[in-house]
Amino acid sequence: MSLSGACSIAGVYEHPTRWAPDKTEFQIMAESAKGALDDAGLTIDDVDGLFGASMTMGAMGIVELAEYLNLKPNYIDGTNIGGSSFLAHVTHAAAAIHAGLCQVAIVLYGSTAASHSVAIGTGMGHGSRNPWDSFQSPYGMTTVGSYAMVAQLHMQRYGTKPEQLAEIAVTMRRHASMNPAAKMRTPITVDDVLSSRLISAPLHLLDCCIISDGGGAIVVTSTERAKDLKKKPVQILGCGESVCHQEIGSPDLLTMGARQAGERAFGMAGVQRSDIDLAMVYDSFTITVLSTLENLGFCKVGEGGDFVSGGRIGLGGELPVNLDGGGLSSNHPGMRGIFLAIEATKQLRGECGDRQVANAKLAVAHGTGGTLGVAHSGATLILGVE
Amino acid sequence: MADLTHPKVHASWETRGYWEGAARGELVLQRCRACATVQHKPRGVCATCLSGDLEHFVASGRGTVYTFTVTHQNQAPPFAAACPYVMAYVQTEEGPRILTHIVGCDPEAVQIGMAVVADFQPQERTDGEQFAVVRFRPAG
Repeated sequence: MSLSGACSIAGVYEHPTRWAPDKTEFQIMAESAKGALDDAGLTIDDVDGLFGASMTMGAMGIVELAEYLNLKPNYIDGTNIGGSSFLAHVTHAAAAIHAGLCQVAIVLYGSTAASHSVAIGTGMGHGSRNPWDSFQSPYGMTTVGSYAMVAQLHMQRYGTKPEQLAEIAVTMRRHASMNPAAKMRTPITVDDVLSSRLISAPLHLLDCCIISDGGGAIVVTSTERAKDLKKKPVQILGCGESVCHQEIGSPDLLTMGARQAGERAFGMAGVQRSDIDLAMVYDSFTITVLSTLENLGFCKVGEGGDFVSGGRIGLGGELPVNLDGGGLSSNHPGMRGIFLAIEATKQLRGECGDRQVANAKLAVAHGTGGTLGVAHSGATLILGVE
Repeated sequence: MADLTHPKVHASWETRGYWEGAARGELVLQRCRACATVQHKPRGVCATCLSGDLEHFVASGRGTVYTFTVTHQNQAPPFAAACPYVMAYVQTEEGPRILTHIVGCDPEAVQIGMAVVADFQPQERTDGEQFAVVRFRPAG
């Protein structure tokens, strides 16, 4: 039997906090685990597969997390490929369950980046003594700077306009205004984005994701078992992973991991781009959305500026994107990938109130980890309901 | 823009040839003797064919700006005081693309495709190492 559709997301939970100076990462993960297990109608005693990552978990972090939760899982996976990690975890969990290595997997994330004043985009990592990092750190590489170089190239080569990138931020904010949990809910205009200060040209402050605390959890099990649980199973129909870097042969900076991962995921699911009802894509910056949609194949590379314009990626448009408001407006604790699968799941279960995409049956979630323009990872999921 | 003293470079045996070359005013790249691939960053094997038979050579130092960003915010010292500065990828004549800074001109004058040449900032160090940071400036 194929992996496509064999396993499902049976429960999800997005931690409501956006500011948690009184909590630890593991505490947020544990509270999220409880939430997702309640959602599925399971308990912690059912869990025999543990997956997790955070910005501070070290080499043995997943073992420490098991200790914190008093879990003795049969399968553990602390893969950390940046913000896309959790979409890869869902894939790995499905593969492990399908292979009979565990039965109920939980994927966990927690972060207190905001309350601990972590300058995620504009000031980390210059103290490294790693010789490999010396090709970046003496130059003050920032996360926003690497993405800005992608935006600059896109604009120069294809005439993409700052207004088109700004519309992405405006659209995410409109979605956030319909999400009671979102951090930034006051609508903004294209002019607001363009008149916000430049952080790393051509990206303005409002082209950048916010920084928040937060976390979440996802429960994965076999589709057969999920059918007997509390919520409608959201089937994992396709998955793919990739790594993309600026090395030998100097690949084009506008080629993202989303291309390789997306092709595999769509191929496995056996669905077309035109079949997709909504997309959840990592929006660290506005350019990330534009470039991801191109590389996932929703439009040609170079046509992203037009594709995101005219309300096309808003609720009610051709391809609604990031209905929760994304990292640009809802929450961004540093590794946002888990929220892509959580919101996609809620949308496919029809639980999203004002921001619900009508009759949503098929969603794509794509996470980007690391820094686009330097080295990054990609992980894609195609999720669907019957 | 304030004059920026770049943070200290840390080298391994694989990478020190690049930084020592820079201290001599040379842009040093690696070529594989087995498959002729020119590569950067330097490493102990050819990343195309995994041969260990590599040579260092002095590149022309000429290239063009592949893409860039004028950085207006970076809280980390010493960059905070140097904003706005231009971080860029330079496409070298020999093939590899190098992450660098563009210096010696107004940040607003930098354009994709602009011809540039390597420029070296020697590091003042107390550990006996002779290293320089590679930047690029407008050609001519």
